[in-house]
Amino acid sequence: MNIKKQVTLLDKIGMEKAIGKIGADISKRLLNENIAFVGIQTRGVPFAKRLSEIYSAQTNKTPAMGRLDITLYRDDLNQVLDWPVVKESEIDFKVEGKTIILVDDVLFTGRTVRAALNALSDYGRPKCVKLAVLVDRGHRELPIEANYFGMKIETSPLDYVSVLFNETDGKDEVKIIEQNI
Amino acid sequence: MNKTSDNFNSSSIQSSALNSRHLIALEKLTCKEIELILETAREMKKVFIASKEGTRSVKKVPALQGRTVVMLFFEPSTRTRNSFELAAKRLSADVVSIAVSVSSTTKGESIIDTVRNLEAMACDIIVVRHKSSGVPELLSHKVRSAIVNAGDGAHEHPSQGLLDIFTLKERFGSIEGLNLLIVGDILHSRVARSDIWGLTKLGAKVTLVGPPTLVPQGLEMPGVEIQYDLDSALPSADAVMLLRIQQERMESTFFPSLREYSHRYGLNKKRLSLAKKHCVVLHPGPINRGVEIDSEIADGPRSVILDQVTNGVAVRMSILYLLAGKL
Repeated sequence: MNIKKQVTLLDKIGMEKAIGKIGADISKRLLNENIAFVGIQTRGVPFAKRLSEIYSAQTNKTPAMGRLDITLYRDDLNQVLDWPVVKESEIDFKVEGKTIILVDDVLFTGRTVRAALNALSDYGRPKCVKLAVLVDRGHRELPIEANYFGMKIETSPLDYVSVLFNETDGKDEVKIIEQNI
Repeated sequence: MNKTSDNFNSSSIQSSALNSRHLIALEKLTCKEIELILETAREMKKVFIASKEGTRSVKKVPALQGRTVVMLFFEPSTRTRNSFELAAKRLSADVVSIAVSVSSTTKGESIIDTVRNLEAMACDIIVVRHKSSGVPELLSHKVRSAIVNAGDGAHEHPSQGLLDIFTLKERFGSIEGLNLLIVGDILHSRVARSDIWGLTKLGAKVTLVGPPTLVPQGLEMPGVEIQYDLDSALPSADAVMLLRIQQERMESTFFPSLREYSHRYGLNKKRLSLAKKHCVVLHPGPINRGVEIDSEIADGPRSVILDQVTNGVAVRMSILYLLAGKL
């Protein structure tokens, strides 16, 4: 039997600080850009919303907001066991000329981000794309890095990093579930 | 093996899929399966139809890259075949169309052998239309690939039923409690049968209207009503679907003349004024202007006929995508 060890990495206050730091950083560095936050389904969406609120408060500008589901762009559709449900994508603005901040909760292999970049480029040609994640857990399989991150942690490839948002899960929490065999 | 789905954060994936590898009839689908197809179709529509400001410069997605979809039509069709072809192409699948008039069927090959030959060339999904009811079902028992029924005899035309439901849902938000009038040649209509199954499952009422010779007995079931007079059925309708008089299927005379049919069952402006203000008009096409529907109605503000055509591609993308998950 697998004994799973759970360690909380960030509680509500820790998450608020980490998101606040990323939001402030984006507000400062991208102050003069025409920016849009695009959250990757599912947990990237509430995360992007929070970043945009911080950005609005600090810059007095209202950034465009979007959400992106990468299901139809996955590179493993020929291998998956559970056929994925297509979730909502909504990009109601022209991406041309925009600096787009792709937002996701966890950066792991980089394959989700690869899919998101391809999906985004089918909407048009943004001026620039940046990547913001809450947790970078390593084990990249593609040459992709985050421009903004809340924390970097060492994990085993088999660990599961769980990020919960109040909006989607009823509470704010980041924890790692270790797989000890 | 499980690792690849972990890359995409498997906890967020709801395991929701169709029960069967084939789509033969709406009679066999559960409400949950119908809802899944409709929900997925809503996202598929965004791939090729612009939403507000955000226009996609590329109107396709790579989801079915490397899969092959075959159109095997033993009956003439432009709309359905083109719609399935476009749907497959917008999912990046490869598409082969078999023209039956020049195929081996004319040389005496059985349909099962035709399909097995297609499979030997590694085709994944076969979209079949045939004049005999039950052919897609038969094939589904004999092959490894996925079979999609694109219309079999007077049995069912599930993708048409689903696009009708999608169009109504888009218009009204919910299907439950709606009353759809289906007017005309119910007897020969597979579209009517798919609509009846799909709509009644989702809690709508279907009223079949036509001359007694074209409205068969035996279709009465919970949620289905039969009426012979259009004018008295119209006031309670939320939507009216007109069926084409399928003269090519009529081996005997079912009504005195087209003119008489049109006089009693054709939808014109005066008749439509009997219906509720929000009542919309559907037609599976091809339309016969001046017979079952006046041009003024077909091209008017209450017509959702072209929405049906657009939605048809979205629904078929959804069907192909979901069936690919069962391969």
